[in-house]
Amino acid sequence: MSVKISLPTALRRYTAECDTLQVEGRTVREALARLVEQYPDLQRHLFTEDGRLRHFVNVYVNDEDVRYLQELETPVNEGDEITIVPSVAGGSGRVSSDGGRSEGLAAIGERADAVRLSPEEILRYSRHLIMPEVTMEGQRRLKAARVLIVGAGGLGSPLAMYLAAAGVGRIGIVDFDVVDFTNLQRQVLYTTHDVGQPKLQKAKERLHALNPHIEIETYETRLTSANALEILREYDVIVDGTDNFPTRYLVNDACVLLGKPNVYGSIFRFEGQASVFYAEQGPCYRCLYPEPPPPGLVPSCAEGGVLGVLPGIIGAIQANEAIKLILGRGEPLIGRLLLFDAWRMQFRTVKVRKDPQCPICGEQPTIRELIDYEEFCGVAPEPVLAEELEITPRQLKERLDRGEQVFLLDVREPHEWQIAHLPGATLIPMNRIPASLHELPTTDEIVVYCKTGGRSAQVLRFLYNAGFRRIKNLKGGIDRWAVEVDPSVPRY
Amino acid sequence: MIRLTIEQLEAIKRHGERAYPEEGCGVLLGHVDGDTKIVEEIRPTPNARRDSPHNRYAIAPAELLRLEREARARGREVIGFFHSHPDAEARPSSHDLEHAWPWYSYLIVSVKRAASESVHSWVLREDRSRFEQEEILIG
Repeated sequence: MSVKISLPTALRRYTAECDTLQVEGRTVREALARLVEQYPDLQRHLFTEDGRLRHFVNVYVNDEDVRYLQELETPVNEGDEITIVPSVAGGSGRVSSDGGRSEGLAAIGERADAVRLSPEEILRYSRHLIMPEVTMEGQRRLKAARVLIVGAGGLGSPLAMYLAAAGVGRIGIVDFDVVDFTNLQRQVLYTTHDVGQPKLQKAKERLHALNPHIEIETYETRLTSANALEILREYDVIVDGTDNFPTRYLVNDACVLLGKPNVYGSIFRFEGQASVFYAEQGPCYRCLYPEPPPPGLVPSCAEGGVLGVLPGIIGAIQANEAIKLILGRGEPLIGRLLLFDAWRMQFRTVKVRKDPQCPICGEQPTIRELIDYEEFCGVAPEPVLAEELEITPRQLKERLDRGEQVFLLDVREPHEWQIAHLPGATLIPMNRIPASLHELPTTDEIVVYCKTGGRSAQVLRFLYNAGFRRIKNLKGGIDRWAVEVDPSVPRY
Repeated sequence: MIRLTIEQLEAIKRHGERAYPEEGCGVLLGHVDGDTKIVEEIRPTPNARRDSPHNRYAIAPAELLRLEREARARGREVIGFFHSHPDAEARPSSHDLEHAWPWYSYLIVSVKRAASESVHSWVLREDRSRFEQEEILIG
């Protein structure tokens, strides 16, 4: 049978601009097969890899949609006209005014239909493809997936590398830092050579070198209530690699509002935590921690230190969870909190239940939009000390050079003192100050210092309240001293 | 690049405002001149997604077939589509991407609290990975 096929404008580029073609065939399938034989580029636009019509392709025989006939087996007669009609659909995908819910993880599957792997990619991912849990279908899902990593530091490094290696098609990274020497102990994305360079630029180069088949989107900005929804909206899975509470609550709330899973990880010294907070299916971060800890109670890695391997372990666990969510298989850490102790080498999981009273994912949510997270976490700027209570490293140096009597009080810990200290200083760690007031001079001026000026400011206030008046805080601490006065003092 | 007159642009915005809080949609008919699509007619169509019209749209294939035949008979072609995003930005959602065809222009108008804001045009990348913004020429 000779039938006519009419093509939509969009496909005519593949048929040398012909909009109608005459082909032979007894069924729609045969006629379309002839068409694709003639114009092979049409194949991927019309059919999925397993030979089904793509869901956005409608085929009409004369004026009947073949879906209501015998689909591709619909017989055709001499002179019939087969018309390919685009399915035109879409939409904002929002549900009411909650800030824009996404399509959820189901969208990955729909997108994966349209994805193909090149021979190079098939070779690259062969160890995935031969696993029955992954296969070609799973690898296409990975390629169709979009994962956002918040933070390109200790957790973000292994995360980004494993997700890139695994073939996640689009990886977004949010960070605004430059590479610092103190990062290199754990942030394996960067090399010594990268110090001083923007992290995202280096990360992008490194990840592209690892896998040129993927896209890396970079957002060189601080994630804030103003930009979070817009940035997160584009992604299927969000991975939280941040190191502070305001951003952690922000990421959680934005994920709940957008209906996206949040792969959480956190690290401190020897201990790590990981979970998947997905309010559609389980608890969120607020169900576990309704309130942030009081400011200053939980030190950051910069203050408390972290074993360099720990973010590698927790970050790799987060990458593993993200991949399972994308594949839609396995048992994700939803409703479970993994606790890891690297010192004792123990893994434990505890159950986390969805809190019906949760202010954002509970039955009657009171939080319907992003809030001010700095305020929520009580991260107010330190009260400023009166100017006469401060001294810069250069001013201190001048006074010492003039031979003035100054009592230098170091309030850091003994192991910090061992790294470096100012000549002639006296060490009294901060927590011993109250019991050691009698050791302080009452006539000489006291200059208090710590690493960067925070702890010493607290000590200064304490001394002031105890009646001391000839006291000053060293602005920027020994760290600024090393930069501005004496480069032989090591920074840490 | 896509070219349309200020009146056509206004018509697209008005249609989005009238449809608010639902999504409004329609077809762009015209012709192609080199790299530029020239819009000649704006044809609003009913939103066929009655189950969730505030955040989804669909143009019934039969309606599109009818418009396409009518356009061809008059020497015009379907060169793209437009739809509105009520209370959302004029950028494609993942849902738009899943359903997109190559080559066509997808104009999106953002309508916030019943007032139209920005209009942007988007074209699917050849590998279907994402949309790229297309320049709109007025005049």
